[in-house]
Amino acid sequence: MIYYLILIFFLLLLMIGAAIYSIVQKDLLYAVIGTGLISLVLSVLFLLLQAPDVALTEAAIGVALTTIIFIITIRNTVRFEDEVYQKKPSKTEAK
Amino acid sequence: MKMKKILVISLLAVFGVYLTEALFKLDFGRQFFQQGVKDFYLVTTPMKLQVANVVTAIVVNFRGFDTLGEVTVLFLATTAMGSILYKGRHQLGERAVLFSGSRIVTTGSRLLFPAIILLGAYVFIHGHLTPGGGFQGGVIIATGFLLMLMAYADYSVSHIVLSVVESLAGITFATIGLLGMLHGGSFLQDFLPNGSLNDLLSGGIIPIIYIAVGFKVGAELTGLIYTALNEKD
Repeated sequence: MIYYLILIFFLLLLMIGAAIYSIVQKDLLYAVIGTGLISLVLSVLFLLLQAPDVALTEAAIGVALTTIIFIITIRNTVRFEDEVYQKKPSKTEAK
Repeated sequence: MKMKKILVISLLAVFGVYLTEALFKLDFGRQFFQQGVKDFYLVTTPMKLQVANVVTAIVVNFRGFDTLGEVTVLFLATTAMGSILYKGRHQLGERAVLFSGSRIVTTGSRLLFPAIILLGAYVFIHGHLTPGGGFQGGVIIATGFLLMLMAYADYSVSHIVLSVVESLAGITFATIGLLGMLHGGSFLQDFLPNGSLNDLLSGGIIPIIYIAVGFKVGAELTGLIYTALNEKD
């Protein structure tokens, strides 16, 4: 039982770490991989909490489909968070 | 400026405290939980409907109308995305991913593709017996098509076939609902014989509806991925 709790707490900490990583990261591709990791860990958690239906949905939609759609979006737009601002000189620089 | 921020934060804190107190006082049907709604579902579903997977029975049988609404929302979302990206697709007509995968990727995805489709079909056909169902199976099928689309530069799916499959699946769902209205008096009434527990052909209308939902979701998401991949900036 105590090992089970330790496992669940470890997975929760991993989720929080991945969430913070994907917020802080400037490279959007890495941030998307971070959100995919959140979904992967969450599906394992759902499986441990005996909800296999939800785990299957989370694994299929959260890990595969959402990540791929975000990657396609990044491919068609910009990869780095401040890339748009680098192209145009900002107001403070113009002054 | 700083004073204003402090004022706003303290007001929000007071509001939050009051809201929390009010929400804690509400019951949210706690007495029904203690009486045992979950026990009712867990006992009644295998006995009356002969369905092993209680979640599927709730989603398709007891709350079938909600599922129809959910499918409609998905349909509207994919249609909206297709209409936004319509112009770019027809002007350029070429894939954003122009290069093919390496030999290993193409051979591996050709090997994996039938297995993924088979897994998806298994998941939505056995929706009333094992975990999973129409939505999950459809998404797995769409992932298989995504693999092929990313591995081969010239792989294409027909939008006409996709929309025909999608429409037929939606019509099947609505027709089953209307047949239930004719036979039992209410929309999506279970009118087929229930069979015996853990049989493939059991559970009344649940397998038919979930097969229709699986086809619909698979076709919709495949079309969505295809549209997004063909869009070029």
